[in-house]
Formats: sequence, C-alpha cells, structure tokens
Amino acid sequence: MTADGPRPRSSDWPLWEVFVRARRGLSHNHVGSLHAPDATLALQNARDVYTRRQEGVSIWVVPSDSITASSPDEKDAFFDPAADKVYRHPTFYQVPDGVQM
Amino acid sequence: METEYLLRLADDALILSHRLAQWASRAPQIEEDIALTNIGLDLLGQARALFTRAGEWEDAGRDEDDFAYLRQERDFRCCLLVEQPDRDDFAIAMVRQLLFSAYQLPLLQELSRSTDSEVAGIAAKGVKEVRYHLEHAAGWTIRLGDGTDESHRRSQAAVDALWPYTGELFESDDVTRAVAARGFGVDPATVRAEWDRMVDTVLAEATLDRPAGEPRTGTGRRGVHSEQLGYLLAEMQYLHRLHPGAVW
Repeated sequence: MTADGPRPRSSDWPLWEVFVRARRGLSHNHVGSLHAPDATLALQNARDVYTRRQEGVSIWVVPSDSITASSPDEKDAFFDPAADKVYRHPTFYQVPDGVQM
Repeated sequence: METEYLLRLADDALILSHRLAQWASRAPQIEEDIALTNIGLDLLGQARALFTRAGEWEDAGRDEDDFAYLRQERDFRCCLLVEQPDRDDFAIAMVRQLLFSAYQLPLLQELSRSTDSEVAGIAAKGVKEVRYHLEHAAGWTIRLGDGTDESHRRSQAAVDALWPYTGELFESDDVTRAVAARGFGVDPATVRAEWDRMVDTVLAEATLDRPAGEPRTGTGRRGVHSEQLGYLLAEMQYLHRLHPGAVW
C-alpha cells in the first residue's frame, strides 16, 4: 500500500458486531466488532479475527447500525422496578408428588 | 525421489508463507492483515510437516530447520510463482494467491490418497485450509477486478505479470512421473484442467482478461531461481545462521 490514493471512507467499510457460538454453547455471544464493506467479507474477517483459537463453530455478523441499544441514562427507569417484584419469579409453586415435570 | 518430490511441495509452501508474512502491519485493513498472516501460518504448518516427512524419507538426519534455514538458493525446489515479490501491491498478493491456491487445492485433494499415510494426512488437513485461501483470494480478485478503474487496471497488471509463471506449476518430469506411478505423489499435469476451470471462472467474474500466449517453462524445480529468492533467503535464514542450534 503506497501513501498515494484515498483512504477508505468509513461509509465504505461500516462497522459490524460479531457474535460467536462456542462448540458446547447454545447461544451466540458478542465477541467484538470489525470493519468490512459487505456481509461476505464481514463473515470472513470474523472467521479470521475471532475464531483463530477455536473460539466457536458458528458466526453471526450484524451491521452495527442495525442494533438499537438501551441508553445508560435510562438504566434506572428501565431496570430498577423489576428488583422488588419477587412474585414474578416461579419460586412459590409447589409441585405435587407424582407429577412429572 | 520421494524426498525430492516432498521438498518441492514444502518449498512452495514455505516461500509463499514468507511472502505473506511480509504483509504483517502493511495490509490495507487490520482485518486483512490478520487474514494474510493466517494464510501464511497455514502454509508454514504445511511446510513444516512436509519437511519433517521429507527428512524421514531422506534418512540423513536433517530436520525442518535444516531444510528451511541451511540450504542455499540452488537447493530450493519452489516454483518461481511463489518467489515473485509483490512490492506491497495488494492486487499482486491476491492474484498470486489465487493462481497458487487454485493449483494447490486439486493437488492436495489428489495427494490425500497417497500411499504414504503421513503425506495423505498432511494433504487432507491442507485441503480444508486451502479451500479457504482460494475463497479469500478469489473474492478479492473479483472485488478488485470488477471494482474501480484503478483497481481494475492494477489487478489486470497483476494477472499479466504473474501469468508467465503459471506454466511451471503443471510441468511433469521424471520425479513427478515416478512418484505418481507409485501412488506416492501427484503428477501436476493432471490438475491443470481443474485449475483452468476455476481460474477462468474467477477472471470472468472479475472482468479480467486471461493473457494470451503460453506461459514460459519453469526452472525452479531444478534449483534455478529468480534473483528475488536470494534476498528472501538472506532475510529468512540470517537469524538461524547467526545463532546455530539456538532454540526458543
């Protein structure tokens, strides 16, 4: 790569979030992000960058703009009210003897 | 004979892996930097296994380090294609990879049926790696060829510059005929048709022209190399020769 020529614009190489499912896992976990111009290259780059050490057997890549995240400012309103509502947890039900779950 | 044959395969892999290692920290994007060095490491692994097996066949006490670090240019058996420098031109790196991997894949697929079970095992493992190398290089060749005016111009220039070295890949001689007859190795002429098919498909989709005319005959298999190999070996072998017998 010589110094001449334009640098790739970030609009040409948008950011993607990478999720990998481990061999013994049930869910894909977020492992990081990378830049790529399209989905095919995003998948290949994810394979090269995030599965070098046998981290997983399945990869999802998602354009970062497709993800809507909750805001840290709203954290209190979003999550605190669930703290003192113990009746929402399935811990009071007694299973009668002989019933198969 | 077996040693001679295995050294050709091992040297191809070693020298190309070194060319790819030279891309570390110079690739257009960091993700591509890791991709290129990953491909280089795959090839280095193949080279190590092949050198070790070659040493066993030779039975003269030489190991992988002796083959890689203590031979001189005239002893190397790599094809000229893998020696060609890319001068940090990404198009050359990708086209070189395409042309080599499209040859290496069908070769290893055949070689995984070798009567030598070690060689067969090395080849079978290599097939999975090379499938990815080919996909990666083909994808980039298509993107560059069917890209901007500049990328098209440079990738066509890369194809034109490297094409003369492709003929050597498929040349048979006494060594290849002998190992093929015994089921130990593969006569490279037999994979030419598959190479043509794959390369033509990629070039067509990349809107690149296949150069006319016959590629030149090779000299690498008998130890006559381009000037560039000398510089490459000087750099690669320097440390080992400076501290003989050193280990990590």
